[in-house]
Amino acid sequence: MSLLRLTNLTKTFGGLIAVNDVSMTVEQGSIVGLIGPNGAGKTTVFNLITGNYKPDSGTVEFDGEDLTGRPTHRIVVRGIARTFQTIRLFQNMSVLENVLAGCHCRMKSGLLSSLFRTRSQRAEERRALERAVHELEFVGLAAQHANLARNLSYGNQRLLEIARALASDPRFIILDEPAGGMNDHETAQLIDLIRAIRDRGITVLLIEHDMGLVMKVCEQLVVLEYGAVIAQGTPDAVKADPRVIEAYLGADDDL
Amino acid sequence: MNRRYAMYMVAAAAFATMPAFINPYWTDVLNTVGLYAILALSLNIILGHAGMFHMGHAAFYAVGAYTTAVLNVTFHVPVLWAMPAAGVLAALFALVVARPIIHLRGDYLLIVTIGIVEIVRIALVNNIFDMTGGANGIFGIARPELFGFKIRKPVHFFYLIWGFCAVTILLFHWLENSRFGRALNYIREDEVAAEGSGVNTAAYKLGAFVLGAFWAGMAGTLFAAKMTIISPESFSFWESVVMFTIVILGGMGSIRGVLLGAFLIVGLPEVFRELASARMLVFGAAMVAMMIFRTQGLLPPAPRHYDLRGIMSGTQTREERA
Amino acid sequence: MTNGLAVGGIYALIALGYTMVYGVLKLINFAHGDLFTIGAYLGLTLLTSMGLTGHLGAVAGVLVLAVMVQVLVAIIGYLLERVAYRPLRQSPRLSAVVSALGASIFFQNAVMLIYGARFQVYPHDILPSATVSLLGLDVPLVRILMFLTSVVLMLGLYFFIQKTRTGTAIRAAAIDQGAAKLMGINVNRVVSLVFLIGPALGGAAGLMVGLYYGQINFTMGWVYGLKAFTAAILGGIGNIPGAMVGGLLLGVIEALGAAYISIAWKDAIAFFVLIIILIIRPTGLLGERVADKI
Repeated sequence: MSLLRLTNLTKTFGGLIAVNDVSMTVEQGSIVGLIGPNGAGKTTVFNLITGNYKPDSGTVEFDGEDLTGRPTHRIVVRGIARTFQTIRLFQNMSVLENVLAGCHCRMKSGLLSSLFRTRSQRAEERRALERAVHELEFVGLAAQHANLARNLSYGNQRLLEIARALASDPRFIILDEPAGGMNDHETAQLIDLIRAIRDRGITVLLIEHDMGLVMKVCEQLVVLEYGAVIAQGTPDAVKADPRVIEAYLGADDDL
Repeated sequence: MNRRYAMYMVAAAAFATMPAFINPYWTDVLNTVGLYAILALSLNIILGHAGMFHMGHAAFYAVGAYTTAVLNVTFHVPVLWAMPAAGVLAALFALVVARPIIHLRGDYLLIVTIGIVEIVRIALVNNIFDMTGGANGIFGIARPELFGFKIRKPVHFFYLIWGFCAVTILLFHWLENSRFGRALNYIREDEVAAEGSGVNTAAYKLGAFVLGAFWAGMAGTLFAAKMTIISPESFSFWESVVMFTIVILGGMGSIRGVLLGAFLIVGLPEVFRELASARMLVFGAAMVAMMIFRTQGLLPPAPRHYDLRGIMSGTQTREERA
Repeated sequence: MTNGLAVGGIYALIALGYTMVYGVLKLINFAHGDLFTIGAYLGLTLLTSMGLTGHLGAVAGVLVLAVMVQVLVAIIGYLLERVAYRPLRQSPRLSAVVSALGASIFFQNAVMLIYGARFQVYPHDILPSATVSLLGLDVPLVRILMFLTSVVLMLGLYFFIQKTRTGTAIRAAAIDQGAAKLMGINVNRVVSLVFLIGPALGGAAGLMVGLYYGQINFTMGWVYGLKAFTAAILGGIGNIPGAMVGGLLLGVIEALGAAYISIAWKDAIAFFVLIIILIIRPTGLLGERVADKI
């Protein structure tokens, strides 16, 4: 069943149409890739889903519920988590605390119980720590829990963002260029990680430029160019689509 | 209990005996330090933890002090009973005033908070609601009474103020090491990432203001009781600057830093009274120098340690953040 | 009303200093108001110690005085930037803000220590006291002169910024420092230049206030500064014509408010305007929207 449905999404900035009447669906339990040349509007689509931008028109439906225009933190509570294209970690805080940020929306302790450190608050903290450590172990960063985020290698910082996103117990995760800056070895590990995420029951939507990774791990692809969808389908079908080839490589006069 | 806490306990106990060894003038100085410490700790929530540039804290202080004064002088409410009311009113004021400006970016927020504190001061001078006594302020505020004991000498106020400060330190220490405290730090570090991780940034920023204001309001009660006279000049922009400086120079987000800052910034000028007029000059130069040479403040906060025994194999950590 | 325009001219001159610095450094120069104060005090010192107007006559004397004051204040502004702001170029914004605040405290107290805390008085007999009939109103000649001087200075700056290469360099650095550097613009020089021009204008404003109102005090920079800053925000911070418009507009609003609402709240008017602008339209009247990339 369709977990995420985008219908006629449009977003303009000043005179620029960044997202042009985009419609697509993501089936539950699948791994879908959103690809296209630079500037095609992929991250803007992500930002529209997560509520960072409000669309000029169109809707975002998640599990049958209309999430269009809701504040971002509410969307996270509903079950959509994300990573950022430019890494946005809390650089001066520890790895563990970064992941705890993901736990935040699943906890309830408010001002008073925190001020007076009630028993339920302490118990909840403990459960959050367990959750955070679990996610760190899942991505392989547990040993670095006390390090400051800014001291991690670039590839590990991306993993940390994923751990933070997972900590909010999402049903749907959006990864924005997760392999950016990773070498081949790290990318291979990332592929395994993405599959493991899906195996946990979390649907994955990702933007990626690394075609090797995209072809290996995605079950469906959506191709954007200049803000509009130009192709959808299995990786093999999309790879052979002449419009896609033209978008990436430019029209080939010899053919 | 580990060594670090034991050290703090000993230092606190030693400090508590100080009035026995110093004359009342210096006790009063310590009382002023204590008041500023409470104020700076409350500002620390907003500025140090949440990272919001707030230079209008004296406005909340003023609301608390004047609420106390009016309740006590006009309605004969005992001073200590007025304290929660002062806090609540200051908190409500913060809620109303901060709500429309909470989304403003750093330096713009700064300017608006300056505007707020000045408007409050001008309103007080102009005898708003016909209650504030104008430029002369309100006098005749009663002394606080605790179980029939009248608190009026500096040494009495020492224990009242520093007792309140100790409670403040304990509660805020707990708050820092909780979900609430972390949320404020996430907002300070990267608001977009915080919101994207599920933190309701608008609500927490407002919450920080309201909490900080509540405490500043209560500090206002202590001030009113100690001085028995209050007037608008005690709540000017420059008071806000002092509080702001204590937090920044002491160490944003660090209770120890803020305490040290209060002692230095309020206490040192007293020590160097002879150079009285040049104090502020040195103050200003020191601010510039601090920013150039030690931006993080004198005692920046140590990273939190989390007790992961039982959660992660091979973990030996047993310290918690001091 | 005419007083509003004259005062508005003063606000505009000071506001230009704020807006230019903000444009290139994205910093609110808290110490700018104090440079205005320093201008007023230096003017007094030079005037009384050198007796310029005695030697040269009123007009030439004042002009020479103005030039001297502007040069001196410009130098102080230049030093301020080198000492308190340049080392913090790469530091987080808050550091520069605190440094600016510290510099402001330093200057204000330096003036107080040197000149004393009481009001100082400018000699009364320098400026003509004639009034002129303008559109049915009796307007002091000096007020007109003050307004005209402000306008002349502002126009001069405007043409400098718009028509000269250096002016264009300043505008480029204000838009994007990195790109400006790549275009071969020496950003450090541009910044220094801004810290010469802005303070010079502020110093001139201080001198005019001293000559016109006759009384100066070491705290005057605080009030005028904040109002001028409001004017800069009103016009769109970083926008030079905006600062000019904002200054005049604020002067007029204040004058009308004092006449129709209450004199006691006059000073608060500027703050109210400030807060309302920042809530409703932070980019000001002439400012542009800037979007963040997430």
